[in-house]
Amino acid sequence: MSEESIISLKNVNKWFGDFHVLQDVNLEVKKKERIVVCGPSGSGKSTMIRCINRLEEHQEGSIVVDGIELTGNLKNIDNVRKEVGMVFQQFNLFPHLSVKENITLAPIWVKKMPKAEAEELAMRQLEIVKIPEQANKYPGQLSGGQQQRVAIARSLAMNPNIMLFDEPTSALDPEMIKEVLDVMVDLANGGMTMIVVTHEMGFAKTVADRMVFMDEGKIVEEASPDKFFNNPESDRTKLFLSQILHQ
Amino acid sequence: MNEINEVRKPPVATTGIIGWLRINLFFNWTNSLITLFVIYCLYQFIPWILDWTIFSADFKYNYLGEQITNQEMCSRNLDPENGGACWAVIYVRFYQFIYGFYPKVEVWRVNLAYVMLAFALLPLLYAKLPYRKYFLYFTYIFPVIAYFLLNGGLGFTEVSTNKWGGLLVTLVLGCTGIALAFPIGIMLALGRRSKLPVISMMCTLFIEFIRGVPLITLLFFGMVMLPLFLPEGIDMDGLVRVLVAVTLFQSAYMAEVIRGGLQAIPPGQYEAAKSLGMSYWRMNLLIILPQAIRISIPPIVNTSIGLFKDTTLVIIVGILDLLGIGRGTLADTNWLGLSYEIYFFVSLVFFIFTFGMSRYSLYLEKKLKTGINMGAE
Repeated sequence: MSEESIISLKNVNKWFGDFHVLQDVNLEVKKKERIVVCGPSGSGKSTMIRCINRLEEHQEGSIVVDGIELTGNLKNIDNVRKEVGMVFQQFNLFPHLSVKENITLAPIWVKKMPKAEAEELAMRQLEIVKIPEQANKYPGQLSGGQQQRVAIARSLAMNPNIMLFDEPTSALDPEMIKEVLDVMVDLANGGMTMIVVTHEMGFAKTVADRMVFMDEGKIVEEASPDKFFNNPESDRTKLFLSQILHQ
Repeated sequence: MNEINEVRKPPVATTGIIGWLRINLFFNWTNSLITLFVIYCLYQFIPWILDWTIFSADFKYNYLGEQITNQEMCSRNLDPENGGACWAVIYVRFYQFIYGFYPKVEVWRVNLAYVMLAFALLPLLYAKLPYRKYFLYFTYIFPVIAYFLLNGGLGFTEVSTNKWGGLLVTLVLGCTGIALAFPIGIMLALGRRSKLPVISMMCTLFIEFIRGVPLITLLFFGMVMLPLFLPEGIDMDGLVRVLVAVTLFQSAYMAEVIRGGLQAIPPGQYEAAKSLGMSYWRMNLLIILPQAIRISIPPIVNTSIGLFKDTTLVIIVGILDLLGIGRGTLADTNWLGLSYEIYFFVSLVFFIFTFGMSRYSLYLEKKLKTGINMGAE
């Protein structure tokens, strides 16, 4: 393991029942690196990033995040989750709380931040995702794109070192995808370590330092975006790219 | 394009009172027939019931102008042609209906407790009450105050619970049962869904056992068997034994209702809370339960109303609640045969309370639907 790796997966295996969903997955992510993970559905890409903050448990191999190994130790899990932010396909905002409360909840209760300070922080995060005027609305009153930006702001408010994105634009109407991707590009340019599962190949080309292609629970190919899109090695990757780029 | 800009109105026959009548009451000939039939029934029934309960009824004096002290003096017993209900029985026995056999000298304590109960409920009923926070503190300590006030201690003379009765007992059982069962029910519901097999199994067993047994059995169990579990020499108050039984019963039902609400929360909510670093308890208290309880308001109120009415079953273990006092009065030779009046009165009192609960649940649902925050502060 290289010194600067902030995330390190070694021979990670996981089964859902008899289904071998992750097969000997190895991945090293350096600080400030932007990784885009793609692959057909059911290839295990979501499961892999969900293992990184232990929303899913891996059964073999080791996952080390920022020097902390993920085991059954609850304290380690809590510490890792404080380091790692996550954005979901379905936004998963808390519908009974206002936008501002969604963002301040974790800083106040997990980080013990005073309420006034947390509210200030929330407003700053909402400025970053460009919707400060929505602070007092409820999630149900926002469009999908706005909700996803609130979800990003909510994660950022915990000041994570790493951000995981699990198909953040897949549940959005086409005209809202751009507003979310713009926020993610800003974040990437700001030097955040990111792992993004997405089918947005335009985003991948502009932002990714490295592409990871998964199929049937294995990492099939890892390459720079330039090589990945123009000169992929495996036939499986070529087939996938031809399908996804010629839609 | 904009030349024709007049607003087209709906056909006259579908709006206004006539439209409403036409759509709802006289839509076609069967509909009209049913409407006419119902109107005829109401025409027959309403004057009769008003006459019996109010216009021809005796309240304190009979039609000869004498003050009624027993059933023979009721107008309808003196002259069957003349007279409706004889409410004098309620008037004469009112004290017992409301306080049971609580000593008259000390009855101000019960009255004070009733008033304080109203104040304790205020912040729960009106979210916009000024100084709600301080009222809520009062709500939290109210049970302790009420205990000393009603039971005695801290300088008050003790009033043994076998002197309690009537509405007092009904309210004590209903309020305590509902208030205690709520937190216990939440814990049981969370426990049943726990990933730890021992906890989940214990909670499931408890819920299934209590729910599978009739309340009457639990009341007998409380009366007869609870003392066996206590160390020798310690005597458990009869009302407390019944309260334990009622609370256990209600918490099992509450647990299942809340579990239903918990199951409706999408897994994404748990994942989002966990990914923000929240512990199990924070996640449940701040994210999951506020939403689950909100969904479960109608069934929560439903089981609470059920319990409030089921408290009348304590009569079989010898505790005289509102209905018990009513039956006691009926057994009195002075008031023999006035069962209509007494059951009518008891039903009315129960109806007032349960209807209030039902309206409160509607108000809560409406309020929460508009997105006003609840519980998470």
